[in-house]
Amino acid sequence: MNRFLLPLAAFALLLLVLIAGLRHASDKGIIVSPLLGKPAPQFSLPDLLDGNTPLQTKALRGHWSLLNVWGTWCVECRAEHQTLLTIKQQGRVLIFGIDWKDDDTQARAFLNELGNPYQRVGADREGRVAIDWGVYGAPESFLINPDGTVVYKHVGGLTPQIWQREFLSRLP
Amino acid sequence: MLVELGHYALMLALLLSAAQAFFGLAGPALGRERWLAAVPSAAAGQFVFLALAAGVLVHAFVQDDFSVRYVAENSNSALPLFYRVTALWGAHEGSLLLWTLVLAGWTMAVVARLRFLPPPFGARVLGVLGLISFGFLLFTLCTSDPFGRLSPPVPDGNDLNPVLQDPAFAVHPPVLYMGYVGFAVSFAFACAAMIEGRRDQLWARWMRPWTVMAWAFLACGIALGSWWAYYELGWGGFWFWDPVENASFMPWLVGTALIHSIAVTDKRGLFKSWTLLLAVAAFSLSLLGTFLVRSGVLVSVHSFAADPRRGVFILVFLIVMIGGALTLYAWRAPRMVSAAGFELISRESFLLFNNLLLVIAAAVVFGGTMAPLIADTLHLGTLSVGPPYFNPSFMVPVLPLLALLSLGIHARWRRGALGESRRALLATLGMALVLALALIFGLYTHPLPLTPIGATLGFWIIFSSLLDPLNRLRRRVRIPATIAGMSIAHIGLGVFVIGVTFVYSNTIERDVALKPGQSVQLSDYVFRYDGVQNIEGPNYDGVRGTVNVTRDGRQVAVLHPEKHRYWVQGSVQTTAAIAASVQRDLLAALGDDVGAGAYSLRLQYRPLIRFIWLGALIMAIGGVTAVWGRRQRAGAVTAASPALALTPQPDGRH
Repeated sequence: MNRFLLPLAAFALLLLVLIAGLRHASDKGIIVSPLLGKPAPQFSLPDLLDGNTPLQTKALRGHWSLLNVWGTWCVECRAEHQTLLTIKQQGRVLIFGIDWKDDDTQARAFLNELGNPYQRVGADREGRVAIDWGVYGAPESFLINPDGTVVYKHVGGLTPQIWQREFLSRLP
Repeated sequence: MLVELGHYALMLALLLSAAQAFFGLAGPALGRERWLAAVPSAAAGQFVFLALAAGVLVHAFVQDDFSVRYVAENSNSALPLFYRVTALWGAHEGSLLLWTLVLAGWTMAVVARLRFLPPPFGARVLGVLGLISFGFLLFTLCTSDPFGRLSPPVPDGNDLNPVLQDPAFAVHPPVLYMGYVGFAVSFAFACAAMIEGRRDQLWARWMRPWTVMAWAFLACGIALGSWWAYYELGWGGFWFWDPVENASFMPWLVGTALIHSIAVTDKRGLFKSWTLLLAVAAFSLSLLGTFLVRSGVLVSVHSFAADPRRGVFILVFLIVMIGGALTLYAWRAPRMVSAAGFELISRESFLLFNNLLLVIAAAVVFGGTMAPLIADTLHLGTLSVGPPYFNPSFMVPVLPLLALLSLGIHARWRRGALGESRRALLATLGMALVLALALIFGLYTHPLPLTPIGATLGFWIIFSSLLDPLNRLRRRVRIPATIAGMSIAHIGLGVFVIGVTFVYSNTIERDVALKPGQSVQLSDYVFRYDGVQNIEGPNYDGVRGTVNVTRDGRQVAVLHPEKHRYWVQGSVQTTAAIAASVQRDLLAALGDDVGAGAYSLRLQYRPLIRFIWLGALIMAIGGVTAVWGRRQRAGAVTAASPALALTPQPDGRH
């Protein structure tokens, strides 16, 4: 083969990878989490609502849980709040919140105003715990089975359709 | 109203870039001389309208016009004026506008030097630049319009990302883009040379100063980014092998190879097709970096908001520009090769090694950056590639590169002999060894195995780069600008190597929890924590700690690390406090309140870290020196030979 064609061939190969990567990235906005199939990361956070017992990983065991990372500063979180309240009413999972990089007073006011879908909320004021969970941007939701294993992760706001399609299908 | 005018100006710039591309490329091809005259005017008009568009957006930021979506998302009424201006490039849309503005700026610089180029060649260069500009402007208008309105307008904005509220970061993107985009000029020259199928090597001479300038800007831009990450992210590191960092580093490595191979083409007429390929590759890697950062294909700490639609657009653009240039290369380069030979120990073969090693180094970075993507595509699971891969792999090509440098700059063109400089070179190697050992055992103990090698190579590069200029000074001969620039840049590299060596070998880092009054010792320095106090800034509140540093009982520095909580976005940003000096940095960063009055603190002692950025700066100064000196000379030569203007078409095409 003509050696002057080699760069073009290499570029074509690279394009294939890029196109495949792009199709992957556009897959419903999912960013594959290395946590899937692995035990939920260990954490201990002060409880936003009752200042005494910290919220810990062990609270996620023994039942299906939805761990929702949110913040009052995040517009999308406000938008998905109604969906969370509906999910709470269905009673299929217990919802736990991680209030990410937020002001506690504002967060409590937010829940007072819009209703509280959460079983408990941990206040991750510095965002350290969110890093362990590989949080990319609020809101994000993790589905965790009774053994404490992460089953599914959704990046972005929840809607009834997404809940129906991606989460309910994974519940027993 | 004004905002709509800005939008309109952007559209006009798009039309003018199309005109610039069309007349620039079609004019010479169809032999329409009057079309050529339209090209510089189109370029100038495009620059004016882009400047107008950018000005309008800056005005919207300064006036707190929160009816503009981009302003509402990236500014706030409490944001200081300086950051309201730099917020222009704080997110995707505005930074694209800056990209096109910088490209228009480079284009204007080419227009200003157009009289030194044959008119058809100059028109083609501008035509290719117009094509690039057209692509980016279309991208901006279709997918990333910075002038979109919010209806209804919000009362106050979302604030600029706190990480970006910093003076070094404010100037980092423009300088970096000057480098990135500067390679577009080299790319355009290479394309124009290939379109004409030129058999001479004049194009290399014309392209050379632009490439060196772009390279110098890119070095500065990367160094600024590294310096910013060093103190703002609070981790104390200067390089993290993050995909976005790599995206700027790969073009720089290939650009470094290019400025060396271009020298061979210019001087000896060799490596022509290789130089063309490197010029295409340097800019292609810049474009690829843009794609990776803005399409959401790779995740990085600096990622822009990901949007797959943008990814598709850039991908099509990549196919047109890079695919087009490489097709042109496959078609035209075979007839542009040269037949002259050279001996094994000549300057040419050292530069060939230099090029191979630099390209291997770029390939190492490329492989590591792309590996997660490839693994993901082939469903091999999620892969994370970090310093444990990059640091050792990068050393493999770079150590021989540094070792050969001192020999290479003293090798002769064509002939295989080091000649009389052999003895002087051995002497510099000896001096370097002695100094390296003195520094290792005299000042910094606990060296790693690579420490003596790195230190020796660093000093050797500095000394051997001084040989030639000193020799000329002694003989009272003028030092040509290219020699001066090259020596300065190589000295910068030596300084950089010494800095990296000692930072990696002798840094001490401790994470401790301290109560007020408690202290901890690192090397000879005693850090005493004196507590925190509350502070409030224009758009944040936070705490400010006090750490008193003493050495042998004498006070050396008082450090005030800070932690800010930004009101609007609610995010927390730590700012490390650094006591800098030439021989070492002392650094303190505040962690969390761990209760009972104690705070967790990260304390660091980093020897010679300033050498890293100083080295990069010296390299850039070397580049500018070479271009500036040559400019004076080249201007005189070319103006005196108007015959160049009538370069005939190559005989292969009738």
